Amino acid sequence: MADYDIPKITGEDGIVDIPNLQPDAMKGHGPWVSKPEFQEDMHFPTDFTMPENVENYGDASTLVENWKERALDKMGDLKSRYRSLQVFLDICVKCGACTDKCHYYIGTTDPKNMPVARQDLLRKVYRRYFTFAGKFFGKMGMPGFVGAAELTEDVVKDWYNYYHQCSQCRRCSVFCPYGIDTAEISMAAREILDHIGMGQKYCTEIMGKLNKIGNNLGLPEAALADTLEGLEEDIFDDTGVDVKLPLDKKGSDILLITPSADFFAEPHVDGLMGYAKVFHELGLDWTLSSYASEGANFGMFIGSYENMRRISLRIRKAAQDLGVKRIVFGECGHAWRVAYSFLNTLAGPFDFLDQNYPVPQHVLEITEPALAAGKLNIDKSQNDDKVLTFHDSCNIARGSRMGDKPGGQFVLPRNVIKAVCNNYVDMPADTIHDATYCCGGGGGILTDDLMEIRVKGAQPRMEALKHVTDQHQVTHMAAICAICKSQFTKVVPYYGFTMDMIVSVHQLVSNAIVLKGQLTEEEIEARDAEEEAERIAAKEAREKAAAEKAEKESKDSAN
Amino acid sequence: MVIGVIYAVLFWTATIVLVLGVANKIRIYAKTPAPLKIPTTPAPVTQSGVFLRMFQEVFLFKSLFRADKLLWILGMLFHYTMLIIVLRHFRYVQDPVWGVIQFVQPFGIYAGFLFVIGLLGLMARRVFIDRIRYITSPSDIAMLLLLILIGVSGLMMQFVSPTNIIMVKAFFRGLIAFDWQPLPADVPLLIHLGLVATLMLIFPISKLLHAPGIFFSPTRNQIDNPREKRHVSAWAAELDKQGKTYLDELDQGK
Ligand code: SF4
Ligand code: SF4
Ligand code: SF4
Repeated sequence: MADYDIPKITGEDGIVDIPNLQPDAMKGHGPWVSKPEFQEDMHFPTDFTMPENVENYGDASTLVENWKERALDKMGDLKSRYRSLQVFLDICVKCGACTDKCHYYIGTTDPKNMPVARQDLLRKVYRRYFTFAGKFFGKMGMPGFVGAAELTEDVVKDWYNYYHQCSQCRRCSVFCPYGIDTAEISMAAREILDHIGMGQKYCTEIMGKLNKIGNNLGLPEAALADTLEGLEEDIFDDTGVDVKLPLDKKGSDILLITPSADFFAEPHVDGLMGYAKVFHELGLDWTLSSYASEGANFGMFIGSYENMRRISLRIRKAAQDLGVKRIVFGECGHAWRVAYSFLNTLAGPFDFLDQNYPVPQHVLEITEPALAAGKLNIDKSQNDDKVLTFHDSCNIARGSRMGDKPGGQFVLPRNVIKAVCNNYVDMPADTIHDATYCCGGGGGILTDDLMEIRVKGAQPRMEALKHVTDQHQVTHMAAICAICKSQFTKVVPYYGFTMDMIVSVHQLVSNAIVLKGQLTEEEIEARDAEEEAERIAAKEAREKAAAEKAEKESKDSAN
Repeated sequence: MVIGVIYAVLFWTATIVLVLGVANKIRIYAKTPAPLKIPTTPAPVTQSGVFLRMFQEVFLFKSLFRADKLLWILGMLFHYTMLIIVLRHFRYVQDPVWGVIQFVQPFGIYAGFLFVIGLLGLMARRVFIDRIRYITSPSDIAMLLLLILIGVSGLMMQFVSPTNIIMVKAFFRGLIAFDWQPLPADVPLLIHLGLVATLMLIFPISKLLHAPGIFFSPTRNQIDNPREKRHVSAWAAELDKQGKTYLDELDQGK
């Protein structure tokens, strides 16, 4: 299956043992580098040469001119604009409390994947060029004494490689006594790399598509309209109810922003049908936008405020053009962090929207209260073939909230699952809520060229999952993040699970919801049988007519 | 008397470096904007909630407790004994000595032992745990050694070769009044004071900045209310104001 070892999981207590470190276990060239033309659209420098092959990634001859000064300039610029960066670079005491908290360290045993060591790749350069101690000992030829180091090509290579082995999941920041968040450091590092000709292809290309077309997949409006129509037909076939998935419907109340994976990928699309059914049942007037047809915002991954804001402003424009009153987000972890925590900052103020609702709102903030109030007709037994567990997406768990109370992001999704399923089991406490382990594919590394780190990084989550599947008969894991869903469907087979065990939360809702006027299974069978009979009858009639015609023709020609 | 003058100059310098250095860092931290809301959630939704969160972090090391119980014990031991010891030392500069300071005197002696034990534990972690060894720089070891030697030399004066406390007190009170006073020429005392001055000198240029720094950590000190209250930093607001996408397109003139 792969030319590297897949970590072993036992399922005993669901908690991974902390491995001994093996230096350079994940040394490498990192993901594909982005071409100048893609960098240009993101407003990054383009005066660099594409490296001929991966071994040349980070060689000075391929970087921008004066790459060293420009890297240091960028670092100076960022630390003057981000308090997080300035403070975090200064105050780490190297206590090591974070060293065993990163799923990538656990899965790979490479010490540079320990959060503090990952930070140190940048911090040692900061120490050398921006602090008295580093400059002093640097001049004496022993910068290492105070943890400082010269900026060299090897350092750039390490940055590129190891800052793309961080999913910016913030698990380390939960446990650090000073709240040092390695995600902030890796975002800054990627921003610096983008300024010296070391942008990452995956993120940059995706953002290019979004800027041009409106979503990460590059799905144009016509294709999107087709897809939505197809989904309406699917729902009609299943239920006999005419549930709409409107696109660009002016004057709607709600603009739904959802990750574009919801339009076609499994199990995402089942979630989208779930939102549609909920909106339909609650009589909400909603629409999608073709201009802002993407929930995810990769600007966060590359640490670029400007690009993140540029993407966010599409949502503002769509909301204004369509004249909606509310903005609601679908199931997506990173999207929700940017939406909940940053959207008001980046694209606000939203004073033109209805202030009776939070801006933006999560779809679970609609579904959960509706279920609690009994506004949705639910047949839980539809999910009786499953025993569920729930993966807390890190960006939702540690970077956002749902509902009014702190921690609502853990309660709402579980309430919804329990309201539509009879069987639910949590994974071990150290692997859920704000201690949740990342799926292994977040933060801009959900790309095939990083498969090894994705598989290995999933180990802690897989261990916890194995525990509940072995000991509590769990059959399915629900998630509320597009990246988590994609990553898991791809990675669980490496650990002996089947990919269809991953489900969307609103997929479960969709299964269990009984729409007003929905046909029962028998009625659908009867309807389908009737349609089938009609189809067959029509076919027979056609065939008969054709046969008669042919007979007649042959008679004619014989004459 | 020469020793007295040398140490007086040393302590004045160290004090100035400490105060100005830390003040400068605090100024930098305070003026650097935090452009985005990044509290590690679940986070408090009110200012008083943040106050409570910070209190728990600063005084109880709450996150560290979740992370690593052994380190938490050693850290608590080291920091709280240091606090008691520092309070105890106020008697060398105060006249009259406050009640609290008198109260902690007897505890201070035990604290001295626990202080050194805590530090030895921290040192052992750096030597024996491979992950901690990997992230340790020579300066981390040096700093622990510095603290251990401060503790040991202090204990020596308490139990092995007592020094002339009256003279020491006169010296420090003299420092405050800019009045040169001699210092007893005892080796443990001179080592003790020299190392303390060194610690003060390196404070603003080392990881000891974690003490003021924690109060500026955005993941801990921010209120979780981004939807309710728009949070924009000055440099980002400029993009809105000028209707630009990228910072380098901004009209710098103002
Ligand atoms: S837990 Fe925080 S202070 Fe300790 S080593 Fe990690 S980042 Fe540094
Ligand atoms: S943010 Fe997550 S992936 Fe990155 S270092 Fe911290 S724990 Fe690891
Ligand atoms: S993909 Fe999901 S689990 Fe992974 S970092 Fe993002 S939110 Fe977290």
